[in-house]
Amino acid sequence: MARRAQPLSPALGVVAALGVAVLILGALAAVFWRAEAGRGLGPADWQAVRFTVVQAALSAGVSVGFALPVARALARRRFPGRAALIALMGAPFILPVIVAVLGLLAVFGRSGWISQGLSLIGLPPLRIYGLHGVVLAHVFFNLPLATRLILQGWQEIPAERFRLAAQLGAGPGAIWRLLEWPMLRRTAPGALAVIFAICLTSFAVALTLGGGPRATTVELAIYQAFRFDFDLARAALLSVLQIVLTGVAAALALRAAMGEGFGVGLDRAIRRWDAQGWVLKGQDGLAIALAALFLLLPLAAIATEGVAGLIALPASVWGAALNSLLIAAGSTAILLLIALPMAVAVALMRHPGWVEGAGLLGMAVSPLVIGTGAFIVIYPVADPAALALPVTALVNALMALPFALRILVPRARAVIGDFGRLALSLNMGRRAFVRLVLWPRMRPQIGFAAGLAAALSMGDLGVIALFADQEVATLPLQIYRLMGAYRMEAAAGAALLLLTLSVLLFWLFDRGGRRHAEA
Amino acid sequence: MLRLEGVQIRSGDFTLRADWSVETGARVAVIGPSGAGKTTLLEAIAGFRDLAAGRILWDGRDIGRDAPGARPIAMLFQDGNLFPHLSVAENAGLGVSPDLRLTPADRTRVRQALARVGLEGLEDRKPAALSGGQQSRAALARVLLQGRPLLLLDEPFAALGPALKAEMLDLVAELAAESGATLMMISHDPADARRIAGQAILVADGVAGAPQPVAALLDTPPPALRAYLGEG
Repeated sequence: MARRAQPLSPALGVVAALGVAVLILGALAAVFWRAEAGRGLGPADWQAVRFTVVQAALSAGVSVGFALPVARALARRRFPGRAALIALMGAPFILPVIVAVLGLLAVFGRSGWISQGLSLIGLPPLRIYGLHGVVLAHVFFNLPLATRLILQGWQEIPAERFRLAAQLGAGPGAIWRLLEWPMLRRTAPGALAVIFAICLTSFAVALTLGGGPRATTVELAIYQAFRFDFDLARAALLSVLQIVLTGVAAALALRAAMGEGFGVGLDRAIRRWDAQGWVLKGQDGLAIALAALFLLLPLAAIATEGVAGLIALPASVWGAALNSLLIAAGSTAILLLIALPMAVAVALMRHPGWVEGAGLLGMAVSPLVIGTGAFIVIYPVADPAALALPVTALVNALMALPFALRILVPRARAVIGDFGRLALSLNMGRRAFVRLVLWPRMRPQIGFAAGLAAALSMGDLGVIALFADQEVATLPLQIYRLMGAYRMEAAAGAALLLLTLSVLLFWLFDRGGRRHAEA
Repeated sequence: MLRLEGVQIRSGDFTLRADWSVETGARVAVIGPSGAGKTTLLEAIAGFRDLAAGRILWDGRDIGRDAPGARPIAMLFQDGNLFPHLSVAENAGLGVSPDLRLTPADRTRVRQALARVGLEGLEDRKPAALSGGQQSRAALARVLLQGRPLLLLDEPFAALGPALKAEMLDLVAELAAESGATLMMISHDPADARRIAGQAILVADGVAGAPQPVAALLDTPPPALRAYLGEG
């Protein structure tokens, strides 16, 4: 193979990819080693598998089902606030799960806004705990994702096709058959597969809204095997089960080729000549209004209920907040140290397949599985609780890696493709290329990736629950403990603090990246 | 003197052969049909493509294995000749020091080079704030500061209007004459070749021919060139 002159070396990225692969596969190996197949799986374990698959399938189906009318309405209507609503649809990505759960409880809970309204007309309150609560929370997170993915499909139908259809006098029905249905057959299965895979590893939602033998996910069962029984062998066996489930789901999701969903250009409205009837306009208006209410009400609830609690936050919350900030900072730093060299390596290499594969490993394993593996490795040599914060930061970084690479790789390719030859002909060294070209030209993407990583880590409630003892807590874990102690006002206040910190971190990094950055 | 000795450049099924010399200080147009391999030839000389066979010599020294930046060559590409996030002075300064660590004396040289190409007072602008012609001048200032003895142009002025393009080519010819640099430029326009080049290389049918006087080549074109030029 011919040598290609390159302005940078892929060596660092290859080392980083190897490190990621060793960490994740090492954790998996530890899990397999410790799992004792001899004991087998009891009926409770099979119940957990069944519940996991059923709730994930329901969540995916309901999310995509409701996303269809919303995406269609957004695709064919233009109204003030459209861009803001689409931007809001991206927000659940950085919204901490525990915050959303508190918001949903405030709206849909036993003493929530809707139940209070029902009691006025003499109806019994809603019951949120159990399967439908879990699905509700998953739909809250994934309806926006599904809408964005499907809307992207709509936007990718060339405007000329709609012009041609209008010229032929095609009505909404004909446009559906000619243009929209073929597009949905392409995009909807991908959206279903991605959301199914995401919901399969659901932990925090199941922890707070599920629970009990009939509403336990495998991820939650792993945690319970740790927390209640301290049965490492069982936790490891359940982890093996989870590895199989997530592995299959991730393979499905990857096969259903997906757009990235962070897509730019979603705020562009294609001019449409069909669907001008009042019924259709009313339908679309209703879909948009309901979706907006569904997203905004829980957030509004957090804001209103949280303000009161914010004034009298217990000291433990501030300590936990500091821990979370430390973890988020550490996790972001680790992520960038891994993701940047890997993105460069992928951009440089002719066959970057396995480096990309190492980057995707994080999607094929769940946080608690890695946590279990890490615990098995650490437990004989050190106190896991003492390492709770660094391990959480590391696992969070590994989980954010697939998203970061999706953001960084295309830009790294473009920068090296556009300016690699010029830099080489100027005899610019590698350090100079990084300082003068790569860094300034990738700063917006680096800022965006760092912002996502920081916000994800800030709001994460996963591995920390395995490792922490009563002494240590992150802010999400502390909120969970306050909820468990029925101190709902303090929990709401802490949730508002967490939401503020997460959004602030994302905003700081994202803005920092874009400041003074030029096209 | 630039010498290509039994050179073969391979790209997929396509092979381009070249075996000739260009005298120091010569100004050579590279002409031929689209897709014949003009850019491929320049990229191989500049070090962006490997040779399948043969040697490239500059003043008797084999430079065929040197990294692009280590060759005695400055090259302007079809586009992307300036870093959009760096100022005009910084872009030009890369010609002095590719890591932009400039001494006060270097900065004076950069200012002088920018003045020479007519960009006085625009040092702190970003490329996006310049006209197309001014962007070309900024890239030429950098080439001037690089001070390499061989200058390769892969149609960097193709996006400019005819008058502006002629103006840039005249400036290139002037700068090359001042520094005694050898110039090789790809051209689609026979008028450009006649305007500033003394010689021309015809790239067609897998062969880059030896340099010939431009007038002779264009006045009595061989069949491949005649088909391309569309004359009689």
